[in-house]
This record gives sequence, structure tokens and C-alpha cells, in this order.
Amino acid sequence: MVKKGRIFAFFLIVGLLAGLIGSTVIGTAKEIKLGLDLQGGFEILYQVHPAEEGDVIDDDVLSATVSALNQRVNVIGVSEPNISIEGEDRIRVQLAGVEDQQTARELLSTEAQLSFRDVNDELMLDGADLEEGGASPSFDENNNPIVTLTLKDASLFADVTRELSQRPEGENLLVIWLDYEEGDSFQEELMKEEPKFMSAPRVGQTLNTRNVMIEGSFTLEETRFLAEILNAGSLPVQLEEMYSNSVGAALGEEAMEKTIFAGFIGIALIFAYMLFYYRFMGIIAIISLSAYIFLVLLVFNWMNAVLTLPGIAALILGVGMAVDANIITYERIKEEIRTGKSIMSAFRAGSRRSLSTILDANITTILAASVLFYYGTSSVQGFAVMLIVSILTSFITSVYGSRLLLGLWVNSRILNKKPRLFGVKEDEISEL
Amino acid sequence: MNFNFQDRNLDFVKHRKKFFSFSIAFTLLGIILLSTIGLNLGIDFESGSRVEVMSPEPLTAEQVIEDFAQIGDGYVPDDVTLAGDQNEYGYAQFIGVLNADEIAEIQAYFAEQYGAEPNTSTVSPTVGQELAQNALISVLIASVGIIIYVAIRFELLYGFAAIIALLHDAFFIITIFSLLQIEINVPFIAAVLTIVGYSINDTIVTFDRIRENMKNAKRVKGFADLSAIVNKSLVQTLARSINTVVTVMFAAAAIMIFGGEAIRSFAFALLLGLIAGTYSSLFLASQVWLVWKAKQLEKKRFDSPAENEA
Repeated sequence: MVKKGRIFAFFLIVGLLAGLIGSTVIGTAKEIKLGLDLQGGFEILYQVHPAEEGDVIDDDVLSATVSALNQRVNVIGVSEPNISIEGEDRIRVQLAGVEDQQTARELLSTEAQLSFRDVNDELMLDGADLEEGGASPSFDENNNPIVTLTLKDASLFADVTRELSQRPEGENLLVIWLDYEEGDSFQEELMKEEPKFMSAPRVGQTLNTRNVMIEGSFTLEETRFLAEILNAGSLPVQLEEMYSNSVGAALGEEAMEKTIFAGFIGIALIFAYMLFYYRFMGIIAIISLSAYIFLVLLVFNWMNAVLTLPGIAALILGVGMAVDANIITYERIKEEIRTGKSIMSAFRAGSRRSLSTILDANITTILAASVLFYYGTSSVQGFAVMLIVSILTSFITSVYGSRLLLGLWVNSRILNKKPRLFGVKEDEISEL
Repeated sequence: MNFNFQDRNLDFVKHRKKFFSFSIAFTLLGIILLSTIGLNLGIDFESGSRVEVMSPEPLTAEQVIEDFAQIGDGYVPDDVTLAGDQNEYGYAQFIGVLNADEIAEIQAYFAEQYGAEPNTSTVSPTVGQELAQNALISVLIASVGIIIYVAIRFELLYGFAAIIALLHDAFFIITIFSLLQIEINVPFIAAVLTIVGYSINDTIVTFDRIRENMKNAKRVKGFADLSAIVNKSLVQTLARSINTVVTVMFAAAAIMIFGGEAIRSFAFALLLGLIAGTYSSLFLASQVWLVWKAKQLEKKRFDSPAENEA
């Protein structure tokens, strides 16, 4: 007596699954964010130093620095910057798809400490005297791009300019510096072709105003950046570039396309092998593996995780473990059939016995992956996340999914007395 | 089709000394290689210099390499990447730090060639080194965790044997890479971690079967009984061991053949590790366990002769 309803249910489930995967898999795969190594861009690792002697670098300072950097990255218009704190005093900035790396670098590492000094490098005014958010790009009378600043207090500027305007010609300059460091000297920079200070306007009279103009040989773009950085606020720390690495997008893209193609070929081979070796159960394996791959992409996307080369490695291992879970189950079922059990009870016993094996192997691997995640940094951590996701997913699809689908067939009784469909020959079956 | 090993008399245990000797010899070879020629470390692990070339025209990697060859013989970039909308930026990485004269030569050439002086910077390998160190420490901590878990679910000896196999497999890849002097960069670490995961998974599946057969065994008295159990378990799981490794190797081999240059050595490391992982589950982990377990039984018998009267 064959129960056709179960077979119908099987085809219904597979049909729905195929429809779901077919209609969404491309979109899901396209949405996954790719790491630097796959899509190009660049990363910088900064060592964080105190801006002032005696400052302490603690978690609060690091977090403040990260949010300041985030604001700056938004200035460049990078989507999805990845800025993370590493260890005690390091910050890693990953910018995918950034074209103008030089600008990005300058923009990130500047402390944005504006200071106004005289020709002897004595401090007259600094960033603390500026109105917050008061910087904006604009143009002077000759239509050259400039940056205008707003001071908190007009009288301050009046005092400074009064004092400067009384000095002899050549010394009546207000030198505007960005990130002045101890030891920088106006006189030395003056000799250089590209001086470090931004501009040194002559002060001829007392200026009782809150608005200060910074003129220099800026491009429009530069004035916009400068204004935005000044508004985003200065960094509470000094950043020293320890390491930077750039990956050309073309290289990443090409490598990615090839890898995806290679992945398809690999998966096709796996499917063919499973079908060839496990016959009917191979079909079930193919369905559950397809569901596995789809689910991993879905979960990964939903986690907002970034896929990197090590992530792909973990994915391959995950596919391996998903296939393995199927193989362990099928081998068990075959063993049970060989001992002379009916197909139905062989299926039940095989499923039950294989579960503990798969469980132990998976838990051990998850345990190892969790440790890697906990103690690992950057790409070790990325690998671990992907591995954990893969194992959990493969457990669902390869254990429960496979069992459900195979169970529908087995319990419909249509496979009774057909051990060949399971890759078992009649003469291998021992009499009970 | 079928692998039917059940009716064949495969004796894995008989040859265990050969397997041990091979693994020990290979590990020794690895130690010798690492202490003499060492690993061919890539730009991720060696300090080096980076030259950033800007060009008014789109660049190609070949062109950048060619440009450096024009400057002089010694200028062979270890890695060239391109960036920019039009690929107008080229980044050439050199292992080893360029001295001031070399930098001057490079700058003069490119200033003339492209009208822009390249920026040069020194790359410190701290990051790659720290990552490798971090991976190693993480694996060692994970090993302790695995031993504890396996000791709870199985027993302590299984845990130790599994870790020996795991470290053996990781070291196997490192040895081969040292032998062939293939350049190693960060992805290699990912490959080794993958193999650590695979090795553990594979060994546990084999041990699971040994544990089951131990439970069902009527009498386990000495080495002969134990080796019969180990052999039986290995034969029973052999089809699964072969099928699993074959399918994962399909994926790794496909990536190695079709996956492009950047990922090739990574896939190669995976392939090596898969072979090592399967080998160690069958011939190393289970045999090590067998020898230890037999010793343990001997000791027990020696300690409590009264138990064996029945």
C-alpha cells in the first residue's frame, strides 16, 4: 500500500524550495558585502598615540576616535566603512572600493588640530576658540576656493590681530597650521616649495570679527573636505600608520568571478558524485546541499557580515561538513539495510545512530571555531564566524532537511524492498 | 557503485609502525626544513617597501613590472596592485626595505615617465606576524578546549590522539610549503585553520565508531581485542572517509584549477591538508589511541589481577 500523499508532499516542498531559491539567490548573493581582498579598496592599521603627553589611551578614547573616524569617512562618501578597535591601542580602518587613497589617508590621519601662530610659532589661537560646526567652504572675491571659520568670540580675534598688526612688516603674519607638531617651524617651512602650514596672511589692522578666512591654493574639493573635517572635530589622539595595504578592485573582481565559477564547478562535481554513489539518496543530498548553500548566503547577508577569502575557505569546509553529514547518514542506512532490516526500519535506525556521530563532530568543530572567534583577530575571526554559521546551517539542512525529505519517501512505502535504490545489492544483505 | 570493504581483510593496525615512522620522519623533515631554509614568507610577513605610482593613463600590472625592470635589474616587485577609477594608481610592493639611493632612482624614473613622483613607504610586517601568532595561539587554546570536550564525551586518550592528528596535519602543510618554497601570505593561515577544522571533524567521526564498537564488544582484554575493534571501526567508516574527502577535494581542486592566481596556493594548501587529515584519522589518530589504550589496559590488569578471574 503506497501512500501517495507523502510523495506529493515531497514534490511540493522541493517545488517551493526551488521557487524560493531560484527567485532570490542571485539577489542575495549580490547583496553580500565583499571584503577588501575580494572587492578592492584599502586598509590601514593605526597605532594610537596620546595627542598630549600624559593622556591615557583607554576604551572611551578609542571609541571616540572610531566615531570621529567614521564621520570623516562619511566625508569621503565611502559606504560601509569598517572601522574596528584592535588590541589595546590600535584601530583598523577598512575602506572598500575607495579610489582616491591618498586623500582618504590624509583625511583619516589628520588630527584636525587647527592653530593660529605668529612667525615665531607662538600659539595665538587654536581649535578651542572656534565655533563648533562653524567651518564652511566658500570663495573669495577672485572666486578662489577658501574655507571660512567662525570664532566663538570676536574680541579674541581683535586682540590677536591688534597685537600682530603692530609688529614690523614680515613679522605681522598670522600663520594658520593644521596639525602643528612640536618642532615645526614657520621659518623653515617658508623655504620649502610646499610648506606645511596652510596659509600665512598678513595682518594690517585690527579685525573685530568672528569670521576668519583661510586662503591657500585649494581646490574646491579640498575646501569642502577641510571644512567638513574641522566640523567633524579633532581627533583626541595621534594616529600613526603602522601598516597599509591596498588591493586593486580589478584584481579583486577578477579573482572573485573566477572563484565563483570554480565554486560552481566544484559543487557540480560534488552533486554528480553523490548522485552516482548514493543513487536515490544522492538526489536528497543535492536538494539539501542546495538549501544549505542558499541558507548560508541568506544568514550571512542578514548578519551584515563581510565575506573575505578566509570566509570562502570556511564556506568550503562547511560544504564539506554538510556533505559529510549526508554521507555519514547514508552509509549508516546502507549498513542497516545490509544487516537485513526493512528499508523503513533501516532508515530509522540509520538516522538515529548517525545523529550522535554528526553531533559530536559538529560540536567539537564549533567549539574550536568559537575559540578562534574569541581569541582571534581580523581574518581569523572572520573565518570563525563563517565556520560557525556554516556548521549550524549544515546541521539544519543535512540532518533535519535530509531526514524529512528522505522520510517522506521511505514512509510512503514506495521504496520497500528496493535496496538497489540505496546502492545496496541484494546479495550483500545478510539474512536476519 | 560501492566501496565494499566489509568482506576484505584490511589490516590497518598491522602496519601501524610504518605509519608512525612515516609521520615521525616527515615531522622531523619539517623541523629540519623550517630551521634551515624556512618558509618563503610573502609581503604579509616580511618588511618591505611600497611604491605608489601615479599615471595620467590607465596602468596595467605588467606595465608597472616592466617599468621597474627598466630602472634596473634588482627591481622586481613582489606584488603589484592597481587602484583608481581608471587604474591610474599602481602599488608595487617589494620585500626588503629600499634604501635612499634606490628610492631616489625609482622616483627619478617615474617622475620622468609619468610626470609624478611616486610615494614610497615602508611596510612593516607586524600585522601578518601578529595574525600568524594569533592564529597559532588560538589553535592551541582551541586544542585544550577540544581535549576537555572529548574527555567528557569520550575519554581523555581520544582527546590527546585527536590533537596529535590535528597538529600533525597543520604541520604537514607547513612542511610541504617549506619544501616547495611556495610563498606564504595571510590566506595560508586561513587554509591551515580550515584543515584544523577538517582534521578534528574527521578524527571525531572515526573515534565515534571506535567508541561504539568498544561499547558493543563482549571482551576487551588486551592489544589483540583492541586492534580488532580499531580495524573493524576503520573498515566500517572507510567508505565514508573516502567519500567525504573526495567530495571536499572536488571543491578544493576546482578552486585550485579555475580559481585564479591569487587563490591558487591557498587551494593547494587545502588539498594537502585534506589528504593529511584523512591519512591521520585512519593511520595516526586511531593507531596512537590503540597503543595508549593497550598500555592503559595492561596497567589496569597489572594493578588489579583479581578482576580477570571470570
